[in-house]
Amino acid sequence: MSDITRQSLNSLVKNIKEKKLSSYEITKSFVERSEKSKKLNAYITEDFSNALVKAKKFDDSPNFDLKLPGIPIAVKDLFCTNGIKTTAASKILNNFIPTYESTVTQNIWDEGGILLGKLNCDEFAMGSSNETSYFGNVQNPIDENLVPGGSSGGSAAAVSGQLTPVTIGTDTGGSIRQPASFTGTVGLKPTYGSCSRYGIVAFASSLDQAGPMAQNVEDCALLQEVISTYDPKDSTSIDFKRNQYRKELSKNIKGKKIGIPKEYRVDGMPKEIEELWQKGIQHIKNCGAEIVDISLPHTSYALPTYYIVAPAEASSNLARYDGVKYGFRSEGYNLIDMYEKTRSEGFGSEVQRRIMIGTYVLSSGYYDAYYLKAQKVRRLIKSDFDEAYKLVDAILTPSTPSSAFKIGEKKDDPISMYLNDIFTVPVNLAGLPAISIPAGHDAKGYPLGLQIIGKAFAEQEILDIAYAMEEKIEFKNKINDWWM
Amino acid sequence: MDVVSKDQSEYLIIRGDKVYEVVIGLEVHAQVTSNSKLFSTSSTKFGAEPNTQVSLVDAAFPGMLPVINEFCVKQAIKTGIGLKAQINKRSVFDRKNYFYADLPQGYQISQFKDPIVGEGKVILDMPDGHKEVGIERLHLEQDAGKSIHDMDPESTFVDLNRSGVALMEIVSKPDLRSPDEVNAYIKKLRSIMRYLGTCDGNMQEGSLRADVNVSVRLKGIKEFGTRCEIKNVNSIKFMQMAINYEANRQVDLIEEGKTIDQETRLFDTKKNETRSMRSKEDAHDYRYFPDPDLLPLEVSDEFIEALKAEIPELPDEKKKRFMDEFKISPYEATILVSDIDVAKYFEEVVAKMGKNKDMKLTVNWITGELFAVLNEKNLEISQSPISAKNLAKLINLIKNGTISGKIAKSIFEHMMDGDLDPQMIVEEKGLKQESDPKALETLIDKIINENREKAIEYKQGKEKLFGFFVGQVMKNSGGKANPQMVNEILKKKLQE
Repeated sequence: MSDITRQSLNSLVKNIKEKKLSSYEITKSFVERSEKSKKLNAYITEDFSNALVKAKKFDDSPNFDLKLPGIPIAVKDLFCTNGIKTTAASKILNNFIPTYESTVTQNIWDEGGILLGKLNCDEFAMGSSNETSYFGNVQNPIDENLVPGGSSGGSAAAVSGQLTPVTIGTDTGGSIRQPASFTGTVGLKPTYGSCSRYGIVAFASSLDQAGPMAQNVEDCALLQEVISTYDPKDSTSIDFKRNQYRKELSKNIKGKKIGIPKEYRVDGMPKEIEELWQKGIQHIKNCGAEIVDISLPHTSYALPTYYIVAPAEASSNLARYDGVKYGFRSEGYNLIDMYEKTRSEGFGSEVQRRIMIGTYVLSSGYYDAYYLKAQKVRRLIKSDFDEAYKLVDAILTPSTPSSAFKIGEKKDDPISMYLNDIFTVPVNLAGLPAISIPAGHDAKGYPLGLQIIGKAFAEQEILDIAYAMEEKIEFKNKINDWWM
Repeated sequence: MDVVSKDQSEYLIIRGDKVYEVVIGLEVHAQVTSNSKLFSTSSTKFGAEPNTQVSLVDAAFPGMLPVINEFCVKQAIKTGIGLKAQINKRSVFDRKNYFYADLPQGYQISQFKDPIVGEGKVILDMPDGHKEVGIERLHLEQDAGKSIHDMDPESTFVDLNRSGVALMEIVSKPDLRSPDEVNAYIKKLRSIMRYLGTCDGNMQEGSLRADVNVSVRLKGIKEFGTRCEIKNVNSIKFMQMAINYEANRQVDLIEEGKTIDQETRLFDTKKNETRSMRSKEDAHDYRYFPDPDLLPLEVSDEFIEALKAEIPELPDEKKKRFMDEFKISPYEATILVSDIDVAKYFEEVVAKMGKNKDMKLTVNWITGELFAVLNEKNLEISQSPISAKNLAKLINLIKNGTISGKIAKSIFEHMMDGDLDPQMIVEEKGLKQESDPKALETLIDKIINENREKAIEYKQGKEKLFGFFVGQVMKNSGGKANPQMVNEILKKKLQE
């Protein structure tokens, strides 16, 4: 069955439940395709033989009540997996094998999912192109030498290239939505507190959030249903009533009010992005929803705010990688020397840049001017959204200011790289849910995404809007398997 | 060292005609009594094999998150209540960032701007009366692990058993003026926490340590001098020695016309001196910021009220009650309440004595004989070889005249051999005091007859011989004769 890997998660689940496909057949198809796709460099660690053993085991005593019965899934290498190397794409964790499982991945295995392997990403999720990985670039299945976006670049490439039916990524400033947009896939960043952070290698604790990435909205909804649980092991996990996101999915968005923020019309935005946005607005109207012009006045401060808050937290979160307890160590003639060598050799340059920025903005004498001010601005950005949601149910924006770029194109220009996140970071700062769906192509045939931002805990609402738009957009990803 | 101590409350350093006063503030680190750590479920038991009480959270594995231990929060609030302090309904955990091998996270979770407990006070019972010491704040924080430098010539070993254990840092105002006050302050603080069950105060096991801030100024001057912080002193004796050394060092510097550098110093217990650890310029920049893994800690009025209801009678209140109820002196009451177990023992003895109590006798026996034995055998009162019940019996036997104080002391010795019943010892050994006047008269007549010449000398005015007769009577009675009655009867008979 050569078309197995093209099937959506929901149809695979249906075929397994109807016994038209076995877990082994499905797993084998994804393993074989993954084997043939090494050129994409989507995996850091493959766990294919184990996956096949687990699939056989599932078929021997299947449980069809599960939500992901015998479904193979590869996950971003930021999720700690018990007994399987977890690197965060960093040399410093090159040899690290956790003895524990992240809550989000555990939820997947508990619902019958089977681990295929660990997917490449930017080092410690710091990057927008997957070029900061210690394990090398990931190729975008859309075209050769095109970045898949980042930080969840391996995840996006794996879904888009059909190496896994669905996957999970993490999104600190756009790390799910931007790569989804670059690869013509769907990515959801849930409300902060929706998915447990327990067992996820931390980047910026107040912004990090795990979320599903899939080929379509329905698959995304199903995976969100599985991974989102309240977890007492994460003090920032929130105990709210979670929907049966897939089961409750509805295309009826009649009468919904969708906001269009004028501040997202940034200078120098390509015309095709503006056109894409307009098309999206038309689709919304065609679905019977209402378009409302809104203002999010502090939007332009979001990026600088993000690039203070995130590095500040990261500089502290990454202090534990010191060569003392686990991971990479470079010998030194004393403790300080060992620290310096370990961290200079163990961290890549982008991670070092952010640690330095973070250390600087927290240092005494600068704390008030940077970190404290950024926290104040963060509150203003959040209250912008609070104000807007008095008028609208959700907000529609482009996901990114451009389509995917060439590998190496922006590598030496961090500012230009950071600008990629301009539409996604405000959402993380405000802790809101947002989904990116593929909505069209640019002149080069590269996919472009639209982002729907919801109210806190309104994952169902934005999934519904995305579901309705998806039907109108009729997006087809142009994948020609160029790497095979 | 020209230290003048007019009375115990004044500790002054004199150089020529200049009189210096010492100003001391303490940052006490008290380990919270709790089975598990502040942010993990690992055990806090002291003395376990290295690295056997370490969770993934304590060792800071990737993706591990802290979860606050509610019991530790309750303990901190209770301590705050015991210090008559402001309880902050909202407090924030911050990260204090620095690198060290025994600090796995690369930061310590502490409370910086918004501690759980605000201002309070501790009353010291000094020989010349009460002294109030202000408490600036109390906050919760994690302890670090332990670096062991002396097990190998080339390597340092790290034991993470202590990593993540909950500490209360109790910061005093600079209200202390002498090593004696520091002694009284630490003891009072420990006493309060032991009453509350929030810290066992065991300094040998490191449950109570302090950073000591010392400055000096000319007496009568209001402005504080430049202070030095002496880090991590772990016994009261060392604190006192360190203060003494440091205060004199500072005065010497001033006298030499030099300035004092604000710095952190270490106390070398072997050389009995403090030495510079790092100057203000080299001070760590800890880059404090709110820990994004933890939400601000919020407690309700009901939560605090419920804890207030659990607070036992504390030393100050107990002292007052002892004085009122048992009519004992402030000095005696202070001694009895300083340790909760002593107070308990005392009250138990009193309760077992029944109606006809002799408080004076009770206090003397506990603080005299019993304390001496405990001291000698290095025992806590909870390990006392003599139970409160049996001590009460012994005191009653004295009170009702069954035995003399002297006999009681020898019975007391016997009692220690397995907490024996004093009544039984009296009966078995026939130690009952002879108080029958007829029997005593017969005995006394016999002694006088045997010593006729001495009796005549006594009558002629050699009064010193009275003691000789008492001794003879006591000796012949095997020490059992009631001494008061012997006195009376002897006097009468010798005059005949």
